[in-house]
Amino acid sequence: MFSVGKQLPYPVVGDAGIDKQFLAAPIKSAVDKFQLLPEFLKVRGLVKQHLDSFNYFVKTEIKKIVRANDRIVASKHPNIYLRFKDVRIGEPSIMVDGSPEKITPQTCRLSDLTSLINKQGYSLDCAVKLYSVATWKYAAPILVNVEYIQGSPGQMTRVEKNDVVIGRMPIMLRSCCCVLYGKDEAELAKLGECPLDPGGYFVIKGTEKVLLIQEQLSKNRIIIDTDKKGNITASVTSSTEAIKSKTVVVMENEKIWLLLNQFPKKVPIMVVMKAMGMESDQEVVQMVGRDPRYSSLLLPSIEECAKSGVYTKEQALEYLESKVKKSMFITDSSEKEGRAYSVLRDVFLANVPVHQNNFRPKCIYVAVMMRRMMDAILNKDTMDDKDLFKTMISEAKMWIDKFLEKNNKTSRFDFSHVIPKPLLAVQWSACDNIEYISRDTITNGLERTLSSGNFDIKRFKMHRKGMTQVLTRLSFIGTMGHMTRVSPQFEKSRKVSGPRALQPSQWGMLCPCDTPEGEGCGLVKNLALMTHVTTDEEEGPLISLCYYLGVEDLELLSGEELHTPFSFLVIFNGLILGKHRRPQRFATSMRKLRRAGKIGEFVSIYVNEKQRCIYLASDGGRVCRPLVIADKGISRVKEHHMKELTDGVRTFDDFLRDGLIEYLDVNEENNALIALYEGDATAETTHIEIEPFTILGCAMGKQAMGNIAYNQLCRKDTLLYLLVYPQRPLLTTRTIELVGYDKLGAGQNATVAVMSYSGYDIEDAIVMNKSSLDRGFGRCIVMKKKAVTIQKYDNNTSDRILRPDRTADNAGHMQILDEDGLAAPGEIIRPNDIYINKQSPINTRTQIIGSAANLPDSAYRPSREKFSGPEGESCVVDRVILCSDKNNMMCINFLFRHTRRPELGDKFSSRHGQKGVCGTIVQQEDFPFSERGICPDLIMNPHGFPSRMTVGKMIELLGGKAGVSCGRFHYGSAFGERSGHADKVETISETLVKHGFSYSGKDFIYSGPLGVLY
Amino acid sequence: MSSDEDESMSEQEEQTKSGKEDNGSVLDYIMSLESVPSKLPPHLELLKTRVLCKIDAPQHTDTIQYSGAYAALGVDNSIRLDNFRQNFKVQVNRLTEDDIEFDMIGIDPALANAFRRILIAEVPTMAIERIYMANNTSVIQDEVLSHRLGLIPIGADPRLFEYPENAGNEKNEKNTIVFKLHVRCERQQPRITVKSNELKWLPNGSELPSEDIKPNSSSKPKTFTSFSCSQDSLPEFSGNPIAPRNLDIILAKLGPGQEIELEAHAVKGIGRTHAKWSPVATAWYRMLPEVVLLKEVEDELAEELKNKCPVGVFDIEDIGKGRKRATVARPRSCTLCRECIRGGKEWEDRVALRRVKDHFIFTVESTGALPPEVLFTEAVKILEEKCERVITELS
Repeated sequence: MFSVGKQLPYPVVGDAGIDKQFLAAPIKSAVDKFQLLPEFLKVRGLVKQHLDSFNYFVKTEIKKIVRANDRIVASKHPNIYLRFKDVRIGEPSIMVDGSPEKITPQTCRLSDLTSLINKQGYSLDCAVKLYSVATWKYAAPILVNVEYIQGSPGQMTRVEKNDVVIGRMPIMLRSCCCVLYGKDEAELAKLGECPLDPGGYFVIKGTEKVLLIQEQLSKNRIIIDTDKKGNITASVTSSTEAIKSKTVVVMENEKIWLLLNQFPKKVPIMVVMKAMGMESDQEVVQMVGRDPRYSSLLLPSIEECAKSGVYTKEQALEYLESKVKKSMFITDSSEKEGRAYSVLRDVFLANVPVHQNNFRPKCIYVAVMMRRMMDAILNKDTMDDKDLFKTMISEAKMWIDKFLEKNNKTSRFDFSHVIPKPLLAVQWSACDNIEYISRDTITNGLERTLSSGNFDIKRFKMHRKGMTQVLTRLSFIGTMGHMTRVSPQFEKSRKVSGPRALQPSQWGMLCPCDTPEGEGCGLVKNLALMTHVTTDEEEGPLISLCYYLGVEDLELLSGEELHTPFSFLVIFNGLILGKHRRPQRFATSMRKLRRAGKIGEFVSIYVNEKQRCIYLASDGGRVCRPLVIADKGISRVKEHHMKELTDGVRTFDDFLRDGLIEYLDVNEENNALIALYEGDATAETTHIEIEPFTILGCAMGKQAMGNIAYNQLCRKDTLLYLLVYPQRPLLTTRTIELVGYDKLGAGQNATVAVMSYSGYDIEDAIVMNKSSLDRGFGRCIVMKKKAVTIQKYDNNTSDRILRPDRTADNAGHMQILDEDGLAAPGEIIRPNDIYINKQSPINTRTQIIGSAANLPDSAYRPSREKFSGPEGESCVVDRVILCSDKNNMMCINFLFRHTRRPELGDKFSSRHGQKGVCGTIVQQEDFPFSERGICPDLIMNPHGFPSRMTVGKMIELLGGKAGVSCGRFHYGSAFGERSGHADKVETISETLVKHGFSYSGKDFIYSGPLGVLY
Repeated sequence: MSSDEDESMSEQEEQTKSGKEDNGSVLDYIMSLESVPSKLPPHLELLKTRVLCKIDAPQHTDTIQYSGAYAALGVDNSIRLDNFRQNFKVQVNRLTEDDIEFDMIGIDPALANAFRRILIAEVPTMAIERIYMANNTSVIQDEVLSHRLGLIPIGADPRLFEYPENAGNEKNEKNTIVFKLHVRCERQQPRITVKSNELKWLPNGSELPSEDIKPNSSSKPKTFTSFSCSQDSLPEFSGNPIAPRNLDIILAKLGPGQEIELEAHAVKGIGRTHAKWSPVATAWYRMLPEVVLLKEVEDELAEELKNKCPVGVFDIEDIGKGRKRATVARPRSCTLCRECIRGGKEWEDRVALRRVKDHFIFTVESTGALPPEVLFTEAVKILEEKCERVITELS
């Protein structure tokens, strides 16, 4: 039936049955790649650089280190040896009366030490255990398989032993050795762990310690720079497993010199070349390049060499011998071949290996250095900017591995030093030399390093302070921010602006906004959302692959051939492999292999046209980020890929494996043309950003109060701030959802009036509504920890806790004490109240007669602990935790809780840094109200806006208002308008209008005291 | 004119009393003379009685109270009680259990505001003020739980109670309501949510001993209250027991093995001390909107105007010959979004948004202790008391 006279609302289908609306709709071009982000974070996570580095260390690196010095030989008896066959990390445990017992991170956090009794008894179900172990940290044993010789020199037997503990390794939380690894939310909750906690830190002596990501100049790379006098220098910081050295070649007075620590004065470079067997000046000139400009620059150096009368290798070595620093102890080997020779072989450009006294690679390396210097003289453009990020490497690589390496060596020294002594004394009888392995050296060394943050490695002459920091637990996001912090190599006090400036190459790698104010400005940085820090990768296969792909070996090239036009040098991890005649083809094929997954995804291939080099890198510590590959500007990621991702068929790694996405490091980015949005891509575009806002980090509200973790009430922090009613922001961003800020919020949504009121709001002060405060706005909980130790003294006496005397004069202050002499949880404690009725013996020095337990009362003096807090503040005893500390003394921890409402002078801030103190608190009836009866929670002065230009805040004000009126969370992601991850101001305004507000967000309000419209 | 001023002074003094008969008749006589203009010219009348809401700010928001403000024009501006009596009107638009909306016409904003302020801050209610925590093993902290309990509206008529200060801080049946809350989540049971319905009224007063119980004392242990009789024996409460007004307010959540046991004492107080004693969720008014079309708005413009307004203030009427004209159909629903006057000067010249200065649309949202209409009369009583106090102080 058709109803007559009624028209269809709009003609949907035309006569020919064509859906005109469908045809007229714009073609959906851009693929929404947002979904890749949570997938990426699922695979990599925000603190993945820490975890990857640690996992790499415990899985690979530690084995390498042990293999490097696996054989320990007693110095007097070469037949007696000990060999480490294998090493692995066990499960996190603690030794209880000689037997290992498994531990969880939460128990380590709670106890500075041992037995745990929670007086209140409801938040912790901990058994009363008395551990007798010294240090309480989240650590696992380092187990080795050893083989050694036992018995007297006459009859020696080879013994093999498995799983010998040589020390204890602190375990990074959520790493592959951690008990939390691979656990789901319910299992984590059972272990007392917050599922949102990122891990990536250590628990040492009950405190959480983060190893900061260190930033340092790239190693094994030639860096051209000018020194203080304006001379051009080429420097290489070499670093190998054996040695670390810095080689500088400098052009001074038109001559080229070498600066090396082992030579107190600079030496002419040509002498060094000659000492390395490069006797012919012609060959040197050929190696540098035949261009007459190079030769003329080199000429003064050659003349200098000739002037010194050095013509042959022997003469050169003799000359250098006179210049070399005399070392204190001369070993046999260096005596034989001459110290200068060994310096040239081992220290000078240590990253270039010398095989069978073949110095040719080193000569070529020096020639390349000189050539780059001359390029820099002839053409200033080729100068490297030291501050440029591409020559920097974020060293997330665990310093601990270096440290352990050193420690392993000390343990060897311990071993070889300790063994001979009993050998002499006991005649190497049945003594089982395995007993002599010192466990404490490694254990204590690691613990001390991590808890103090001082890394001293004498062998590398490295002294670093403040490498570890206590993890900030002010807010959840503050913790996240701390984990991604990159600490600088420069001293912060230096008044330089160069390294503080934002480098273009930091785009997408480091957050451009997140840096502290003051001395660390621009030096302390934070990783961006999608940054990944690489770990080392096997070099051997990659090198041979390069040769297969047509790299001509250095050995086969004459000096002349080195710099033939159209051929590029191939440099792999700072090592010159050879040259290639078709560089672009080589680079393309390497990249193809990488995209096909044949070589590691983090290998970077970078063609530098200016320097005529191809740089390959597979070393650890480079920062890189994933990008979508585009062929001639067309994205490889298609709609159906994303659908597969949302359906769960495809993972992030599949994208990598199928060659849709690849990681680019800072160098390789120079070869790419990256479009910000898919729509911007042109035919030259090689890559497309996954999401533009990932160039930022997560920098919001580091000091904001809120929740710190799901287990926040079971923790034992010295100072903890919690919000009673934390809320999710009405205007959120995608980043907030990605990092879990919406699950552990910090802050509250407030109804804000931006207007002038009462004069108590000048200079950014804010006026607050008393009724809002009455109803719980801004209410927070402050928890403070106080620890009391029951001391044991040398003369066997010890402190004691007494039952309170209810009849005494000060009974009033002892009211809150239980019969056991400790404050009862839940009691209100006031200033001067006693929370522990402790007594100490008067005599703690001299020995006492009789049993210490039977001391008369007169031998004790009271040492009660009084609660000190501001008058008028009432605190509550939240928890009492009994445990024993590392000296096996009882330690009683009191947690005091104070719930406070905002007061005059408290600081409040929006998310845009618009901070202000509370200037006055006003009754609700005096507050302005709108036509719909809305009364603000606080009033901000409008004068804070024009000069600060916080446009984001204006948008948040609109978005929040729209969000609360339409009941939907609004988004304000950075750069999100184009890809639909942020609401446009226009649409927000439309929503406001739809709900009867002004499009600008401005309301007419009535004065509270007067009752008229303002 | 000087006589006028004298008049107004005496008027002001005697606002609350009835005006003097003879004075009034003299004035009436003067007013009736032909040469005296009794009305203001329309442009001044507009500024006096209306707030003009322009695109960025309201204009002429203040009320002109000075009796001689228009003396030069020969217009008397004094407030006169009989005039007020004649013009003052109250019209109830909506009345439900919890809220009321009424029009209050012919009153100065200062007075209307006084009612609003008294409603928020000075009408008393009962609210929980002291908590005696016997046991709390839940995750919620004692203070936070107490704070939450305090904010629960109690369904008890505060007029039946006294302020605790009056009884010298002795807690008796006339000034204290005692509630008990005892909830426990058994082990191996799912988590439970404690709601306000768990608060049980103790008409006999506190059950918790205030001192340590002496084992061999036969007398009843001393508690925190001293009730002389049970509250439910009183006629006011015998039929309707006291309980929280809303029974679904979440107080806490308990996990297995956790328990809360406490006693809550509610006393009388006012919203100025703490918002929990405020009898209203909020009370506010708005001035009556007046939307005027300054020019004829026809055809497409009329259509545009109608579509502009998100709340449908405007309507379209047919004026024949296929022509349409915009009319103001529902001015009351105007929310001052100013969409109609956005879009340039021409729109500002077409539409005028105004507020009537002496017409208030008053809304009271009660928390439930008292019905909203009673709240307002209570507020009027309090204002009356205050006025009487001023008069007695002055005389």
